[in-house]
Amino acid sequence: MDNKGFDLIEVRAGIEAENGRYALLVRELLEREGAFLINLMASPGAGKTSVLCRVIDALKGRFSVGVMEADMDADVDARTVREHGADVVQLHTGTSCHMDAKMTLEGLGALKRPLPEVIVLENVGNLVCPAEFDVGADMRLMILSVPEGDDKPLKYPLMFTVSDWMLINKIDTAAIFDFDFERCERNVRTLNPDIGIFPVSAKTGEGFAGFTERLAERIEETLRKRRGETR
Amino acid sequence: MHELGIVKHVIKTLGDVAKENGVKRIGSVTLEVGEVSGVVIEQLVDCWNYFREKNELVKNAELTVETLEAVTFCTACEKTYRTVDHGRICPFCKSKETYLLRGNEFSIKQIEAELIDE
Repeated sequence: MDNKGFDLIEVRAGIEAENGRYALLVRELLEREGAFLINLMASPGAGKTSVLCRVIDALKGRFSVGVMEADMDADVDARTVREHGADVVQLHTGTSCHMDAKMTLEGLGALKRPLPEVIVLENVGNLVCPAEFDVGADMRLMILSVPEGDDKPLKYPLMFTVSDWMLINKIDTAAIFDFDFERCERNVRTLNPDIGIFPVSAKTGEGFAGFTERLAERIEETLRKRRGETR
Repeated sequence: MHELGIVKHVIKTLGDVAKENGVKRIGSVTLEVGEVSGVVIEQLVDCWNYFREKNELVKNAELTVETLEAVTFCTACEKTYRTVDHGRICPFCKSKETYLLRGNEFSIKQIEAELIDE
């Protein structure tokens, strides 16, 4: 008997399949528990934590708020965020440069029950990898900060393509950095015609009233549906 | 740099496939990767060559990557075009009402394997 030859085996296994399964579990959990998950993504230094603190302050009168802080290491941001009154879990992604759906599900498991009505996942500071992983969030919110430049959509197209809403942060520095808002918007809308764009400054607070009002409406709408469906 | 994670996952999947099919050793692995899947093929191959050494099943397996062209469909004029050349806006009618037909895949297509003797 000669069994030494190599056989050809068709595999046809998709690799995103596993992440997709976990993303589905995240969505089911959010539906069941009546929670709204925001995946917050940006480069390091774009102002994720400062924006997050302003969002918590604006929403905490209307909703219970929880935060999942994803960092490769340390808990600097978690402490800052906790001081603003949100329930925080710190997730260490180790060598991984992004959160995937499985880590998100584990993070949700670590939050207090019942789950907060609004949960923000502060993703790892990176404009590339987080864009590629669906974590099961209701909203992908990205921040571009003025010092990064209005050409970033051209360089990191996927992030701008997958995001539902985009904040342009640090608008108080626009004059110094020669940032062209129209050009930026044009670049973004070529990739993603329906994206919501909100210019803000986490430092001065400019633009936040309008943004957080729209955000609260959007959250309210989703939560109302979820509460209706579970009853 | 999530190529490392992808390779780990591929090797884990191959382990499952090997168990199901009674595979002793894998001689080659063919992946299908879409042009806009975001995977950097050079890094993927480097990670593969690093990791396969640590796993008896795939130690001698050569990795072949087949690239799949990305194609976008325009719902306004119902034509298709190469995504990499034109992005989201249709080059024929300038409509933004387009969607990706294919090109973001990442899958293990097939393996060549030596089966366990009956």
